[in-house]
Amino acid sequence: MANTQEKIAKLFPQVTVSQGNAGIELTLADQSRWHDLASALRHELGFDFLVTIAGMDWKEEGLGCVYYMVASDRHECLSVKVTATGDREKPYIQSVFDLWDIATIFEREVYDYFGIIFVNNPDMRRLFLNIDWKGYPLRKDYDADPATNPISIESERQTDFTESWVEKDGKIVKEIKRIFQPDDFVINIGPQHPATHGVLRFRTALDGEIIKKIDVYLGYIHRGVEKICEEDTYPQTLHFMDRLDYFSGQIYHHGLCMLYEEAAGIQVNKRIEVIRVLMDELSRIASHCLFIGTYCMDLGATTMLFYALRVREQILDIFEKTCGARMTFNYACIGGVMQDLHPDFVHDVHALLDVLPGNIKEYNTLFTGNVIARDRMEGVGVLTREDAISWAVSGPNGRASGWACDVRKNFPYAVYDEVDFDEIILHEGDAMARFKARILEMEQSARIIAQLIDNIPEGDYLVKVPKMLKIPAGHWFKMVEGCRGTFGIYLESDGGTIPYRLKLAPPCLPAAAVVDHITEGEKIADLITIGGSMDYIVPDIDR
Amino acid sequence: MEVTTKGMPYEAWKDNEYIEKLVQELRDNGTNVVVGSLDKLINWGRSNSIWPLTFATSCCGIEFVSLGAARYDMARFGWEVARASPRQADFMMVAGTIVHRMVPVFRRLYDQLAEPKYVIACGSCAISGGPFKKSYCVAMGIEDIVPVDVFVPGCPPRPEAMIYGIMQLSRKIKVEKFFGGVNRKKSQEEFLASHPIQETTHE
Repeated sequence: MANTQEKIAKLFPQVTVSQGNAGIELTLADQSRWHDLASALRHELGFDFLVTIAGMDWKEEGLGCVYYMVASDRHECLSVKVTATGDREKPYIQSVFDLWDIATIFEREVYDYFGIIFVNNPDMRRLFLNIDWKGYPLRKDYDADPATNPISIESERQTDFTESWVEKDGKIVKEIKRIFQPDDFVINIGPQHPATHGVLRFRTALDGEIIKKIDVYLGYIHRGVEKICEEDTYPQTLHFMDRLDYFSGQIYHHGLCMLYEEAAGIQVNKRIEVIRVLMDELSRIASHCLFIGTYCMDLGATTMLFYALRVREQILDIFEKTCGARMTFNYACIGGVMQDLHPDFVHDVHALLDVLPGNIKEYNTLFTGNVIARDRMEGVGVLTREDAISWAVSGPNGRASGWACDVRKNFPYAVYDEVDFDEIILHEGDAMARFKARILEMEQSARIIAQLIDNIPEGDYLVKVPKMLKIPAGHWFKMVEGCRGTFGIYLESDGGTIPYRLKLAPPCLPAAAVVDHITEGEKIADLITIGGSMDYIVPDIDR
Repeated sequence: MEVTTKGMPYEAWKDNEYIEKLVQELRDNGTNVVVGSLDKLINWGRSNSIWPLTFATSCCGIEFVSLGAARYDMARFGWEVARASPRQADFMMVAGTIVHRMVPVFRRLYDQLAEPKYVIACGSCAISGGPFKKSYCVAMGIEDIVPVDVFVPGCPPRPEAMIYGIMQLSRKIKVEKFFGGVNRKKSQEEFLASHPIQETTHE
């Protein structure tokens, strides 16, 4: 780490270097050197995984972005704070779309929220909000009057063109670009389509039955969670975590609670950590079960849903006894968990562990080895390791491409460094590998649970927390391993009882964005196979 | 008249006054014997095979999947034929949040449903915006967009609640008048007339 610091200080003396909770923090006052700095970080220092770009509105200090990135070979985290040039009318920052593929989408998101223009980004459309939306909602001076943007049942304006800002003779000028060519044959898939896993929309350009290009059209379930979080107190923000990726609710809760506890200096005991990890791993098994069910159904094996949901229902029963809900648990809270474990918990989990191996074997017998399934999945939608990192496709999808990206191993939290489990790495990178990775992960989750279930330490399930939680001014970043990949949370506090900015970096956005890249040249019939294997949850993409 | 579905005692329903009022309203106009009997036959058939449209935007949709699986097994009631095309479906279970961008799509799906069509608002988001009440881009309840027949509260509602909701719908269908003087249809038309879709002016 010291090495990185020295190198940066040597290459870019004007950059301020400091130490944050997640790693080195760089501050760049002038964005005109940003592309050079980013290029050095990407190519010379090996920061190849761009976790998120958090847009920021610092009021008088202008607009800007905080980039979080990780060096995938040495698990080092780094952040760069870049302030935009220009007034609030037209702030701009240099784009880094050529360094990280995923930056194109991330920058569009920031543009959508804050109106920051990324110079040279080839596609500067809005990402989530309506194409004719007035204002930038995450700016602090946004006019939230519903009359400004009324609900309309009139169809949204559609266009084949996109905007791009480029630098010409020292001026930033707008250029109009085409998304689809005039003779492209474009078909529309979604937002109401049974196999897009929710309200996702693909505008697909075809050449015969070969896919030429996909325009991923998001925002059909954009609920503005990040903005609502800026109006709620810290404990009130927690329940949204259940409603993003509703399968990883426990894990997202865990992550946000850990972030708040770290920021507020609250120490939790071992019992709380163990309970949280147990819940995380149980929900991981439940989530992968549903993946198997729905994915096989997408491929036509309808019966698999019933087999897979059997285990899921058993896990939901365990959750229900302790948390009181089947889906939106709201279980982990700041300083512990909501209530103690149910007396039957240990017994029920043992019963689950007893039946799980038999069930997994059954899934494999029924489906994994099936000739039709293998023909449809093997060699389809191959994602290479380099592309997986560059597109930030983490979680089981990334590990199926050979990228060791498990946050539980790379940045251990709670009790993950004390338990023994393997990180599942497969190298094929195709739909079959992504499917297999999840089945194998279920086994590893069961292994973690088996190690912890008989050794739950004694202690309180909730430590003392001030009634009105205040977090000192500053900023924090935390990553957890959700069921679908790296979930990052960035918090900026101004010392009050509500977050100044809470940025959620979901794993599903890259997984949906990469569909365009990996389906290019594939057949249209394989689109559902590929999309389904990425296992994205649309409310997690849109937030 | 005690309106109920098979296997459900009349006293177990929680809002019998409502259905009695509905029946009273229908009876006020009087019924022809032949037409009345035909109505009964048609409604018996309809109320036992209402097919949903697979339409889920968020969390509630997953509970709807559970409803379709073996444990809650909605096939028992004749609702299991979830159709992907609105033209083949009878009712729309609005399971999840409806946001600005989704509104026109949602309305179009509703318009594409074949008559007679019904809507169930499932979960607090569809009812009132729910936990996203403060949001800048969530439609605060779908009642402003389409006429709603049954509301199922919960976040998300349990599959049992969904079963109860659809049973309520089938009970409503049972007392419907198919020939002439259909109260429901009239109010539906009034609603749609007051919520017209403007002609699109842009290219």
